[in-house]
This record gives sequence, C-alpha cells and structure tokens, in this order.
Amino acid sequence: MKDRLEALKVEAIGQIKEAQDLKDLQAVKVAYLGKKGPITEVLKGMGKLSAEERPVIGAYANEVRDSIQQELDKKQSALEDAAIAEKLSKETIDVSLPGRPVKKGNPHPLTAVVTEIEDLFLSMGFTIAEGPEVETDYYNFEALNLPKGHPARDMQDSFFITEDILLRTQTSPVQARTMEKHEGEGPVKIISPGKVYRRDNDDATHSHQFMQIEGLVVDQNVRLSDLKGVLETFAKKMFGEDRKIRLRPSFFPFTEPSVEMDISCFKCSGKGCSICKQTGWIEILGAGMVHPNVLEMAGFDSKKYTGFAFGMGPERIAMLKYGIDDIRHFYANDIRFLKQFKNA
Amino acid sequence: MLISYNWLKEYVNIEISPSELADKITKSGIEVEMVESLNKGISGVVVGYVEECIQHPNADKLRVCKVDVGQGEVSQIVCGAPNVAQGQKVAVAVPGAVLPGNFKIKKAKLRGEESHGMICSLTELGVDTKLVPKEYATGIFVMPSDAEPGSDALEYLNLNDHVLELGLTPNRADCLNVIGVANEVAAILKQEVKLPNTSINTSEEKAEDFISVQIESLEDNPYYGAMIIRDVKIGPSPLWMQNRLMASGIRPINNIVDITNYVLLEYGQPLHAFDYNRLGSKEIVIRRATEGEHIQTLDDQDRKLKDTHLVITNGKDPIAVAGVMGGATSEVQSDTTNVLLEAAYFASGRVRAASKDLGLRSEASSRYEKGIDRNRVYAAAMRAASLMAELAGGKVAEGIVEAGKREVNTYSVKMDVSRMNNLLGTEITSEQTASIFKRLGFGYKESNGQFEVNVPSRRPDITIEADLIEEVGRIYGYDRIPTTYLLSEARPGGLTKNQAQRRNIRTYLEGAGLYQAVTYALTTPAKSTHFSFSDEKVYPISVAHPMSEERSTLRMSLLPQLLEVLQYNRNRSMEDLAIYEMGSVFINRQEVLKDLPEEYVFVSGAVTGVFNEHLWQGERKTVDFYVLKGILEGLMGELNLSERITYEAGEIENMHPGRTAIVKLDGISVGFVGQLHPALQKDLDVKDTYVFELNATSLLEKETDQIIYQTLPRYPSITRDIALVVDQELPAGDLTTVIQAAGGALLKEVNLFDLYEGDKMEAGKKSLAFSLKYFDPERTLTDEEVVTAHDRVLKSLEERFGAQLRK
Repeated sequence: MKDRLEALKVEAIGQIKEAQDLKDLQAVKVAYLGKKGPITEVLKGMGKLSAEERPVIGAYANEVRDSIQQELDKKQSALEDAAIAEKLSKETIDVSLPGRPVKKGNPHPLTAVVTEIEDLFLSMGFTIAEGPEVETDYYNFEALNLPKGHPARDMQDSFFITEDILLRTQTSPVQARTMEKHEGEGPVKIISPGKVYRRDNDDATHSHQFMQIEGLVVDQNVRLSDLKGVLETFAKKMFGEDRKIRLRPSFFPFTEPSVEMDISCFKCSGKGCSICKQTGWIEILGAGMVHPNVLEMAGFDSKKYTGFAFGMGPERIAMLKYGIDDIRHFYANDIRFLKQFKNA
Repeated sequence: MLISYNWLKEYVNIEISPSELADKITKSGIEVEMVESLNKGISGVVVGYVEECIQHPNADKLRVCKVDVGQGEVSQIVCGAPNVAQGQKVAVAVPGAVLPGNFKIKKAKLRGEESHGMICSLTELGVDTKLVPKEYATGIFVMPSDAEPGSDALEYLNLNDHVLELGLTPNRADCLNVIGVANEVAAILKQEVKLPNTSINTSEEKAEDFISVQIESLEDNPYYGAMIIRDVKIGPSPLWMQNRLMASGIRPINNIVDITNYVLLEYGQPLHAFDYNRLGSKEIVIRRATEGEHIQTLDDQDRKLKDTHLVITNGKDPIAVAGVMGGATSEVQSDTTNVLLEAAYFASGRVRAASKDLGLRSEASSRYEKGIDRNRVYAAAMRAASLMAELAGGKVAEGIVEAGKREVNTYSVKMDVSRMNNLLGTEITSEQTASIFKRLGFGYKESNGQFEVNVPSRRPDITIEADLIEEVGRIYGYDRIPTTYLLSEARPGGLTKNQAQRRNIRTYLEGAGLYQAVTYALTTPAKSTHFSFSDEKVYPISVAHPMSEERSTLRMSLLPQLLEVLQYNRNRSMEDLAIYEMGSVFINRQEVLKDLPEEYVFVSGAVTGVFNEHLWQGERKTVDFYVLKGILEGLMGELNLSERITYEAGEIENMHPGRTAIVKLDGISVGFVGQLHPALQKDLDVKDTYVFELNATSLLEKETDQIIYQTLPRYPSITRDIALVVDQELPAGDLTTVIQAAGGALLKEVNLFDLYEGDKMEAGKKSLAFSLKYFDPERTLTDEEVVTAHDRVLKSLEERFGAQLRK
C-alpha cells in the first residue's frame, strides 16, 4: 500500500508540474485529492491492514496528501504570478513619451516684484493702502507741499485732465489721503503700490505709465536712523544678505531731510561693473523724513509726530533683478517675455 | 549744471582730484552725475606758427603750409581749412599725436604733397561743434598771437580741465553758478571762499544822465538796475573766458555778450547787454505786455505776447522779454559802442509764463524760474561792468540807475539740537553743530543747544527747522547716522479681505492657464468706449495734452488693450494665447468732469487659438465659449458666489450676438463672456477669440456667507436620470432653474450630462439629459418621498416648457 501511495505521489507531482494553467491544476487537484480520488480509495482499503500497520499507513497517506497539496499551492502561486506578469507586460507603456501639459499661467514680472515687496512689508506689520489713479491737484501736489507754481512740479510733467484733476504722477497722494483718515492719531504704517503717469516719451528707459511703491510710517519718535534700519532690511531681503546700503542727501518736496538710497552692487559687490556704472553703487529709492508741512496739512501735530516715507520703482527693481534692458517690454506683453517669470 | 574744475579752484582751495571731489560733493548732497575730462585722450598737440601758406598745386581746396612747431623746427603741413592763413598761431597735431577717438596722426602724402601733421579745428580736439565760436565753426581755431610755438596747445585751450556735471534738485538753485558751488565745496572741505574783484574806476560821466528806469509793478519786478558802459570795442573775448564758457556749454559770441554769460555762470545772475544807441529812447520802463503785442527776439523770430508776460520797453515798444530773451532791435552788434547793462530780479512766475508760452528756455530764464540770489544782483552788475572795462576797453559811467529795492533783509530760523538728534537718531553735540554752521557760512547765535541761524540770501530753500537739520545732517555725514529699528506698537499688518481676494483671483486665473498682462490705461478716444456694458450715458476722459492720440483717453474696458496684446503677439507668429489683466477702468458720468471719475478694478481675459493640446494623443482643442465659461464658473466658486451668479444671453458692442452671455450677480450685470464679433476678429487678424470682462470691485463688495461645515452624508443618495425633449431655443439653464426649484430640499444636485440635437429628433426639438441626486443627510429616503419630488419636477417641466420625457 505504501508503494501505491508513493507511486500516486510521484504521479500527482508530475502532473502538477505539467499543468499549464489554473484549470489544469484544478483538474489535478480534483483527480488526486477529491473524495473519489485514488488516495481516498487507498485509505478505504485500510480496514484490511493490521492494527500496527494502520497508523503507519494512515500517517503516510496524510504525508502524501500534504505533499501534493504543497506542490499544488506552489504551482498555483507560480501560475498566478505568471498570469499577472503576462498581463502587466501587455500593459507596458512608453514612459518616455511626453506627459499631458497642465495649463498654468504666471504673474506679470511687475506684479511679482510688487507682491514680493508687499509681503516683506506686510510681515513687518504694514498694511497696504490704495487710492485713485485719477487724482485731484490737491492730493497729488498741494497736500504734499507742492503748491501751484512750485518749481519742483517741473520734475514731473503731468497729464492734466482739467485744471484740478490729473492722472496721479506718484503714489504719494495715497499717503496724504491715509494720513487725513487717521485724523491726527498715529501710528500710520502703510505701503502703497500702484500705477502712476507722467508726460514722457516712451523709450528704453522712460514710460508714460509706470508703477511705484511707497511706504510711510508716522508715529511719535520716528527717526532717520529707523528709516535706515527698514531700508537695510528691505535691501538685504530683495537683493541678498550681504548688501550694504548708503544714504545720500537729496531733495523731495514732501520730505525733509530727504535722502536717496544706494545699495552696493549685487553683480560686482562694489568693485565696479557695467550695472553700477563703475561706481559700485546702484540707486534704488528715494526717501526722507516726512516734511512738517505735509504732517500738518494732513492733521498731524508735527511737534508730536514725526515720520518717514520712501518710494521706489518696481520697473527699475525688476530690470535690475532680472537684467531686463528695455522698460517697454513690461507693457508690450510679448508672451515669450511673460512666460519667463514662472517662478518669479 | 556743468562746472569747470579749474574755474572752481579759482574761488576755493582744492587739493584733491576731480573724481575725489565729485565723490565728496555727491555724498554731502549734490549728485555729481559725471566727471568729464576735456582732454579726451589727446596727446602731441602743440602751438604752431604758420610761416607760409600757399595754394596746393593739385587741389583747389587744400593749402600747403610751413608751420613752426617749436625749437626752430618747421614742418610742411597740408591743410584743408578755408580760414588757414599765414601769420596765424594754430593747434598742430604733430606726427605721433593722438586725437579723440584714438585717432593717430602720421606723416602722409596728400595729392602729392608731404604733410607732417595736422592743423586742428576745435571740433577735432573734441569740442562740441555747437560750442565753437561761429567764425571758427567750419575751420581751424586761431589762437592768440602770444601763444608760444612748440608749447602744449591744450594748456592754452584749457583742454586739460575736467568738468563736473551736477544733477541739481530744485531746492539747490544756489549751485547753478560757480560761486555757489564754491560755497558748497568750501563747506565740505573746510575752506574759505575767495570772491572775484569787482572794483571799478568809473568815468566822470553819470549813468543817470543817460537813462531812467521805471517799474510798473514791483511784484513782477522787485528790482531793476541799469549801468552804462561807453566806448566799448566789440571783439572776441580773451581765450581763457571763451574756454570757460565752452567748458560750461555756452558758445562764445563777442566780448560784451560773453561777459554777461560769464557773470551769469559765475554769480548765477542773468544779465542783459543792450546797444544803448539803438534803444530808441533814454528811458527803460518795465511793464506787462499788452495782449497780442509783438516783439522780434534776438533769434529773429516774431513773438506774440500775452498780458501775463513781462517786457522791458523803451517807454513805448518792448525791447526784451524780461528774463527770457532780448529784442533784435537793441542787440549788441559789431559796431556797438555804448552798452546798457541790465541786472534785475524778475518774479519767477512772470519768467515762467513767458518762457513756457514762447517755448524759449534759456540759461537766464531757467535761473529766474528756480530763483536767484536776491542780494547778489548788484555785485554781479559790478563784476560785469568791471570786466567790460577791463576786456572791452569800456568806460563805466558812475552809478547804477535803479528802481525797486536793491537788497532785502535776511531772516533767521531756529533749531533745537535735541530735536535734531531725535529726528536723525544721532548724538551730535552743540559744538559740532556750530562748527558745521560755520563751514556752511551761516551766521548763528546759540545758547543751551538752541540755535538761531541767520540764513544767507543765497539759500532761500532754508525756511524751517527741518531744513537746518538736513544741513547739519548732510555735512555731518549720513554714513555716520546709526541703523536702528522702529520702536512702535506691535499692531497687525496684513491684507484686507478685498486685497486678499484680488490676489486669489489672480492666482486662480493663472492656475487656469492664463498669463497676466499689464497694459496702458491710456488709449484712443474710439477704443475707450468699446465693450462698454454700462447702461448709463458715459463720457470719455481725455488728458489735456496727450503725447499722442494713441495714448490720449482713459480706458473704460481692459479689453481693447488686451486685444492689442493679441495682435502684437499674432504679428510675431504666436497665435495661441491666454492672457488676463487686472486693472482700473475709469467711468465718468459727468458731462464736464468736476468730481473724480468712478474707478473700478476690472479683471478681463482673452483666449485665442488652441487651448488644450496633447499632440501625440491626438488632442488639439481650440478655445470655445464653454472653456471661458468654465473658467468663470470656477472663479465664482473660488469667490463663494456660484449660487448667486447667472449667465444670460445678451448683446454687447463688438461681441458675437449669438455667443455672448451677460454675467449677473444677484440679477445685476457685473460683466460678460463670449466670442469677439467675427468682423472685429477679421479686423484684428486673429483667430476665434473668446473674452471675458468682470467688474471685480462689484464682485468683491458683496458680503459672502461664512463657511459652515455640512454634515457628511451617512445615508445613501438616490439618483434619477431624465432625458427631456424640448424646443431647440430653450436655454438649458432655464430647465436647471426650474428643476432646482421644483425638486425641493431633497434635491441636492442637478447635472446636465447629455445634449442631443441630431436627426433622430423631431424638427425644432432637442433632447437634454439630467442627472438628479436626492438625499437627506439625516436619514435614508423612502421611495415614495423621491417619487413625489421627482414627479413634481417632471410636472413643472411639462407645465413650464412642455417638456416631454424622451422615449
């Protein structure tokens, strides 16, 4: 009987090995391990055996059964793996083909620069103030210590619409309007970005429309040295940690003292190159301590309050930062130009 | 303002180089824009004496000269200048010399004659042609007879000098002259200023016997002084004076005119010399011009005057426009012998009016406009008269005939040292402050840090304490001011909700594939009204003096400019574009603009050509209406406004009449979306273009609902699909509205999923299929509830639109 079992085992394992698919395998399983299978048949004849032989043969029969089952399992998982592998191989694609493009635009470089500056000052506790682009002569000039006939009005040839209404030549009227709203109570801490207009012929360095971003702080005990601190923070953030700044005396009708700020050249670090015109310094912005007349006109007591203001041109900063050589690019909106500022 | 370094050194001791000086001036307040060397790389140019000058045998226009170039050496030089002549002292570039532009001089043969060098014109030596005296403009420059042959010609011509170009801010008109700059430099370098000599030996004659002066309005003309200089000989001014004029950008004319210009540059005082014999009277009357009065000015132009202009008259006719330009009739000419010298103070407003109206800006007018030193007028007159005596052989009649006040009192301004330190963030002492005022030449009194400073009349820009603080600060040095940080209350900064939403709109549109454009607000009058969707009458706003018609009128829509961007790109073969802009438009409802116009932030977009493309998968989809509508629907979702927005078919000028929807928020127009009118597309030469325009100001001023969490559905939903047959013209949106209304609270979603208009339909009909989703977050719906709601929907559709279920 043992021989018979041994033979069945060899026979079954042989068939398992030859099975081509899961169906063949199932047939083998039914044929050998089924209730009507040969092993069951063999076990039915166990009654004829002696009491000593019976457990030995019984154990052996179970052993054979387990071996066959093990082989079946092994083969089954091998067949399954092969089936999956075949399925996957049929599903193979060319991963080198280009992907489906995701439609995505990006901000205009001027917006990118303005946003960067806005975010910097927002993080320092400033808010953003805005005002109309068509302004009155009062807010654009008079409230800023530029009465009619003041020679400094020549610095800005303006687009007047009527005698009293014009396209603002600077964003400073927003400062005047904001201070007025505060009704003599500090602190005021704003930046005001926006479009401004001047009668210039458009060329590589001039544009009749351009952007400005100005800042204003009015409070008790605001000092020129504080302005220096704010501007230094700005310069390092925008143009790199190792930038140095330099203040030069200048003139603006709405500030006194007035300064211009230069930064050490970010290209040559002060050695002199074409960007800084061999001086090592690049002019970035104008600033100063708010003129007492401007404070008074807006309702602030200039004995109690002081303030500083600064203003810069996003076009100039973008041109420096990205190496753009012609201001007209900003307004032509050539798509090949716009697309270059994906990560700006 | 151009300042000659050598000239400046005459008034103040300078021991540093021009570029070091420039750096110091810049740091303390006046920007030196450029330091120019007048010697533009020149070497080897010497004085030569033309011993002989004969016609070139082979060339009509050439002369062959024998020139003594020093140390007895006589060179043959061929010269083409028409004015070369025997006996002249000239500038000779000898072989080996270098002229501007690295032009090297070599021995040469010209038409068979040897030439050992070149006789130079001033232009060839780097002087701007328009500054060269007229008689030498087309030829060589003839030097004074005392020039030594063989010596350095550049020394004679002052071409070893440097010129500092100052970028003066309007407050520093005091530096529009050499003495003013000398004062500034003296303060910086801690030096004293040496003023020129103005003493005169006057003749026996008295000026008042020759002329009387009368001013009609002292407000227009606070002071007028006239001096008489007799028996002058008109001729060229000395070379040193011509050199300084040229270095300062003024062309030498003759000795009298040159002297007035020289003193103008030296003192900043405009002067005018009249030919006394040609005045036509013995009186000077200064008055307003009468409206329409004429004068022929020095440049031989006939000028029509206005009553805002001030004129100098001979009692009858204008002989000069005050502060702007002299008249032709009384011009100093080569035969002039007697000169009337005018030194006056005209009100800047009068000079500005005339200079602006007549389009004449001169060295004189710009100084009057910016303000001159009220108390230097007389000194400048004396200086000019003394030079006329010295350099033109004139006899100065005694006295100056005046009207108005010669000098005004100066004033003082107070300054507190501790307030100064508070404003600057410094610790400058009273002693340091006092020494700075001394350097500036300001008189002062001080006690306990309280300064009372007497402001010199040359510095009218200083009127308040802050002005003095700036003076001390800049001379002390801004680089010595410390860096500190604001000590203010910590208040939150941050964006307003509106500002944050505008950023969201931009980010969303960029995420949807649109690039941001920034265009000009000024456009043509015609384009300014295009695409207007305002119901009320609006009036375009044009600027009074546009630079061009193209940029003359404020926009009321962003689209015309965005379409220009499409065209610009189209012309560069870029036809597939998706762009947007966010910017202000200007709406004016006043016939005459009295109040500021309304300003709105608009956000508009334009998409043309292919929008979705994945070529190897065969996808290449051009933009259509629904692409843009989808973008807007997404945007409204971002803004939490989806429920309140409707799209209604409508017509807008320049838009396709059948493919345009008006976008409404709570039933009020806030914009539109659609295709450009095909006629406009053809005009612009663009492919099918879809645009949208939204009034972002209106969109963002609406309060939106606070977000409140909705319980997630725990119970199953029931979906019913229906296909309806309706009239072809019926907008699908109307069906959706009715379904939503009829479905009641249980109907949570309605989605249109099919549209069929094919030939299987009855003529004039179409089929629309909707998927309706019912659920209740609180419980499982019963069949009956859904059936009731759904029947209500079907009934309403049938009643309202005769809609039938498709079989």
